[in-house]
Amino acid sequence: MEEREDSQAAVAPEIVTRHRLSTRIWHWLNALTVFVMLMSGLMIFNAHPRLYWGDYGANADHAWLEIGSTREAGYLRIGSLTVPTTGLLGHRTDWSGTVRRYAFPGWATIPSAYNLAAARRWHLAFAWVLAIGLIAYLTIILINRHWRGLLPHRTELKPRHLWREVADHARLRFAKGAAALHYNTLQKLSYAGIVFLVLPVVILTGLTMSPGMNAAWPWLLDLFGGRQSARSIHFICAFLLVGFILVHLIMVALTGPLKQIGAMITGRQQLEQPE
Amino acid sequence: MITRRTLIVGGAGALLAGCDKLSDSPAFRDMLRGGEGLTMRAQRLITSRTAMAREFSAADMSPVFRSNGSSNPGTADYQRLAAGRFADWRLIVDGLVRRPLSLSLGEIGRMPRRTQITRHDCVEGWSAIGKWTGVPLSLLLDQAGLRDEARYIVFHCADRFGDLPYYESIDLVDAFHPQTILAWALNDRLLPIPNGAPLRLRVERQLGYKHAKYLMRIEARDSLAGLHGGRGGYWEDVADYEWYAGI
Repeated sequence: MEEREDSQAAVAPEIVTRHRLSTRIWHWLNALTVFVMLMSGLMIFNAHPRLYWGDYGANADHAWLEIGSTREAGYLRIGSLTVPTTGLLGHRTDWSGTVRRYAFPGWATIPSAYNLAAARRWHLAFAWVLAIGLIAYLTIILINRHWRGLLPHRTELKPRHLWREVADHARLRFAKGAAALHYNTLQKLSYAGIVFLVLPVVILTGLTMSPGMNAAWPWLLDLFGGRQSARSIHFICAFLLVGFILVHLIMVALTGPLKQIGAMITGRQQLEQPE
Repeated sequence: MITRRTLIVGGAGALLAGCDKLSDSPAFRDMLRGGEGLTMRAQRLITSRTAMAREFSAADMSPVFRSNGSSNPGTADYQRLAAGRFADWRLIVDGLVRRPLSLSLGEIGRMPRRTQITRHDCVEGWSAIGKWTGVPLSLLLDQAGLRDEARYIVFHCADRFGDLPYYESIDLVDAFHPQTILAWALNDRLLPIPNGAPLRLRVERQLGYKHAKYLMRIEARDSLAGLHGGRGGYWEDVADYEWYAGI
């Protein structure tokens, strides 16, 4: 009897639904949109590579973050901490031997050669895709109640449970089989943080930088503490997104990239038998 | 041999080159430009005609109000006007108006004035807060009497970039906004040359490059086509910056 069951399992493995259609569409739309937003955003930053707190901020004012260069070297300064970044930020010799003194290098920006106007065209057009996509996704998960799967249960937030998950992740021990069909607490916290906090804040701080929106919705300025604060928060959110994407890609690579990418395309996944 | 590294680097390079190629494609650029129209319509939809830009107190002002773009038109004509403290300067208001005007700085200074402490936002990303005093543009336009066909107000400037004169334009929604003024003073002093002496535009719900400096002539038009590059402004013509700079 047991043998027959085993052979049956080998012939017809259990196929489970992993990702909803709305999640999959939004995921791949964002895979494109977020990259365009980040890279065109870095080009926009290159036009004035300094960040301030408060309402105003220009060259004569104190910048809490600055990417700059001397004739020979590039640097990143945060507060009173200065890090040499020659070759990457502020000062870089490109493939043709030309020294480029822009904050972010051409390989990280859209377009690759300095062009603020074109970067704004990309950024402000794709911003619509990002914003409409987020609003549509939030509406859909509110209706189909998927949002509850993104929020951790109270018991999952207990330090002992969290520590356990952190330790398991550090040892690269990941849930398998049916247990992997539900997000663990660290996944829930990261996804919920991105969906409910970072993406809404990045969009709202983007709007706060618009003088037209300031007239329409002046409360934006009060919410974020002024236009230059909003610009700083916008930049911090962008780097939280970069961090999220890096960890996300590493986790996909560690947990069977073909299986994971396939599931995000077809929505289905073959259920792994726990060892 | 194709290694994974060359594949990744090559793939990323191809993607980047693809983005650059798209940036240069007229069809794709037109698509991206569609975003500008959408943004303008959306902002106009949620913004009342008189929705005001935030006004600040004297304590909020930038210690230094930097200038940008031209810091001095430097032409012989302008030098002569500046040497005479703009006594010979005249602002021409013409185009689709019933009563063309020619006004001296003294006449403009005697008109009703508005003072506002507002934030100037450069398209590059920086902001500076300054105190502006000037005549509301709506008063001048009413005095000149706009014809029914007028749709745009064009600002012709004394400064030039190479062979091209600087100019800008706004539509009537912004032209008649209460905070849209022709400023002759910054921070309680006559407008300094780097900031646009003797007169500059303040159009507070848009970015800095719309705030034309060194004004010489204001022209009412029914269309922006046929004027210089046809896109309604110097930066719009030469570098494809947005005509609607509300974002």
